[in-house]
Order: sequence, then C-alpha cells, then structure tokens
Amino acid sequence: MKHIITINKANLKKTAAKGGCGKCQASCQSACKTSCTVANQKCEK
Amino acid sequence: MIHKYKLNGLNIVLDVHSGGVHLVDELTYDMLDNVKPPFEEKCPEKVIEKLSRFYAPEDIKSCYEEVVELYNDGILFSEDDYEKFAKYSVASPVKAMCLLVEQDCNLRCEYCFASTGDYGLGKRMHMDFETGKKALDFLLENSGDRENLELDFFGGEPLMNWDVVKKLVEYGRSREKEYGKRFRFTITTNGMLLDEEKMDFINKEMSNVVMSIDGRKCVNDRVRKRVDGTGCYDRIMDKFKTLAQKRNYENYYVRGTFTKYNLDFAEDVVHLYDEGFDQISVEPVVADPAMSYALTEKDLPAIFSEYERLANIILEHDKQGKHFNFFHFMLDLDQGPCAIKRLRGCGSGNEYVAITPEGDIYPCHQFVGYEEYKMGNINEGTFNTDIKNEFAKTHIYNKEDCKKCWAKFYCSGGCNANNFIYAGNVLTAHKFSCEVQKKRLECAIMIKAAKAAEEAEKASE
Repeated sequence: MKHIITINKANLKKTAAKGGCGKCQASCQSACKTSCTVANQKCEK
Repeated sequence: MIHKYKLNGLNIVLDVHSGGVHLVDELTYDMLDNVKPPFEEKCPEKVIEKLSRFYAPEDIKSCYEEVVELYNDGILFSEDDYEKFAKYSVASPVKAMCLLVEQDCNLRCEYCFASTGDYGLGKRMHMDFETGKKALDFLLENSGDRENLELDFFGGEPLMNWDVVKKLVEYGRSREKEYGKRFRFTITTNGMLLDEEKMDFINKEMSNVVMSIDGRKCVNDRVRKRVDGTGCYDRIMDKFKTLAQKRNYENYYVRGTFTKYNLDFAEDVVHLYDEGFDQISVEPVVADPAMSYALTEKDLPAIFSEYERLANIILEHDKQGKHFNFFHFMLDLDQGPCAIKRLRGCGSGNEYVAITPEGDIYPCHQFVGYEEYKMGNINEGTFNTDIKNEFAKTHIYNKEDCKKCWAKFYCSGGCNANNFIYAGNVLTAHKFSCEVQKKRLECAIMIKAAKAAEEAEKASE
C-alpha cells in the first residue's frame, strides 16, 4: 500500500470467539498491585 | 469506530473494534474525515472535489481504494459486535487476593490512599496467622478450576508483619499439591525493613515484587516521610538496588506516584533508570481535589505534555540500546488479552478480593473501609454473592461513558474504586483518570508506530 501501513495483526475479534478462559493474571491499572494493566497483559492460554 | 491523532510527526489511526493500528499519510488522514461506510466502488466525486485542493486526483482515488480494502478486510471502520459477549461477564471463581497483612505503616506518605496505613479506620492492626490461613483456604476453596492463584501481600507495610508473611507462604505451599494449584505470591513494600534475609526469602518465593519509591530524592522525600518527618530515600534506595540485583532484575517494579509537586515526572522515571532499574512505574496520584498535592483537570495540559516528553525520552533511549519498560506505556498490540478479558476489566469483587486483618472481605484494596461494599468476613464464614454478581457485571457495555469510548479495549472501563470514590458509582467513569489514560494510550501506540515506521524505512532502503 502506498498511503497506509498497518502495524499489527488487528486480531481482536478472533480473540473474542475463543477467549474468556480466565487463566490470565488479574489486572489492575496500578503497578502497586504487582499485576498487569489490561493493555499490557499476556494471554496465558 | 476509529480514533485518529497526530503525535510526534506521525499520523496514527486506531480501528477500535478490530484493534488495528495504521500509520497513514496526510491524504489518508484528511480523507478519513470525509468518508465512512457504506463505501462506493469508486471514490465519490464530492470527496475528490473537496480534497483536490490539496492532493492530486489520482492519489485521492488510490487512497480511497486502500481505505476500502482495509474496510473489506475488517480492520478499518470495523463494526462493534461485542455486546453479545458481555453475557459472559458472570460470577467467576476467585483467583486473586490482596491480603492486607498489616494495617499499619512505618511511613507517613502524604498522599496515601490507605490513610498512612490504617485505611481511615482509626485502628492500626496486624493480621494473625489464623486469619491469614483462613484467607488462603478461602482462595483455595473458591477458585474453581483456576490453577494459578495470585496472592499479594499488601499493607500498610507487609514487612512489619514478616513472620506471618513467611508462615503463610509456607502454609500456602503445603496445600498446593492437594488442590492441584500453584500460588503466585507477590509483595509490595516501602523497603524500610528490608534486610538480606527478607530479600532472599522474597526472591525465592515471590513471583513479583513492587518497591515503592517516587524517583528523585527531593521528590520522594517531600511526600514519602518517616514518622519523624524525614524522608526515606536514603534508607531505601540501596536496599531496592540490592533486591532487584539479587533477582537478576526480573519480575519486579519500582513504583512511584507523581503529584502536583512533580509535574516534570519524566525526570523521576529517568532518575530511576539511571539508578539501575529497568521496570518502572510512576503513576498519577488520585486524590481529593482539595489536597495541595492533588492533580486536577487544570493540570491535564502539563501532564499530557510530560507524557509526550517521556515517550520521546524512551524512544531516544531505545535508539541508544538503553531499554526500559514504563508500566503505563506497555502495550502488546498482537498478543494481548482476549476481547472477553478486555470487556471485563480488572475483575475486582468478582475474580479478585481484598482481605483485612480482621478477615473482612472487600472487592479490592481500595474499597476497604466502605461499609456498603463489605462482602463478608472469612472468620464468620460469610460471603455476599450479591455484591460479587454486581461486580461481575461491571463490564464496558454496562458503563455508558465507556461503550462509546475509543480506549475501551485498553482500559476496560477503568478502576471501579476510582469510579466509586471520585465519580460516585462503579459504573460511572472518573473523567480525570479517563483523560490521563487516553493520553498514555496515544503515547504507547505512538511508540509502537514510531518503531514500525523506522523498520519500514530500513526495509525500503
């Protein structure tokens, strides 16, 4: 493409279909909880 | 829904519902103000006419084709079809616990949300071993099929109740096999009581450790004071360095708070990096606006500008091979959490609870002391599932402000406690936090985009 560069896989919708297993770490917006914010969290599936 | 913005010379477009991030040229940036689905096969004449004042018609046509291609691929103007998944936001097993082993502190930090340790309750208390044991049992019994159980030793200052911490770790480990589960113990400390023995135990048993320090000595000592009013920097800095070094700089954070007193907080982040730390969080204080250190909406321009400056500092450091993580800019655009997790958010009150020294159960550490949110007591064997069910439904599609927000899949409806304490309701967004969060996201995405642009440039050479 000449005008647009897509920089990621943009796969959020696919994750909805198979997601929700609940294995991931609890998340908190503060690092005082030794956890992740939602944005930086890894899927543990 | 798309969100487009310019930052650091880059034109960035986020497609909210696919998570797609696009770097676009000026023409595309302008075109996106003039087109939206449904798309026609060819660029509408009126769009060509409007944009041809600045761009060549052939370029406008090819740009339109690219926009339509991305739309057809489902990564631009993608539809919001997530509300149906909100039904999965139901009561879940409890998998994480904040254990307030010590409701007392040896510091008197000006801005402490726990009112310098006692959570505003007027009583300074230690958790006894028996109550701690019951808390761990509660987690083991209520965690369903979850194998990894998170247990955070918190306070006050948890090292003031060290023997109980150690005995609870030992107790937890002794029950793991029987239940087929694994405790991930973590601890948050102000460092005042750290010594070799505690460091070695923490590094052996704790999967993460958070060390509280605000940055530069002058900044830290102005607000993080000992009981006698003197600052704590000199006592804790070397201890934190040793603790991080002893765990090979893995799985830790140095974690600070910035206030109105240090709106140049990027300097504190850099200071912590210069002192040898590479996992850094410096976060805005959330406080009653009447307090002198509180951040208010008037401070937003300065905060935004400082986040932008910090993002540039991080990019410059990266170029020199000096890498560090800034907690609030950490973003995984490809392998992050699933959309269901993003709908649900932090899980407070549902998957996560806090336990006080007296055994009271609250949705999280920040709700402690708010009687209407007391969920029960582990010594009395009570647990109010009505509150749990209420928290299970605190997903973004039940938060009016959130469901229309471009940042919803990255903050997931914000902090329920901040919403309750400062906006009056767990479902009402705390506007100040929203604005700060959105700015951080823009910066975090920009950092990724800047690196992608650099890669693309290298590839084309």
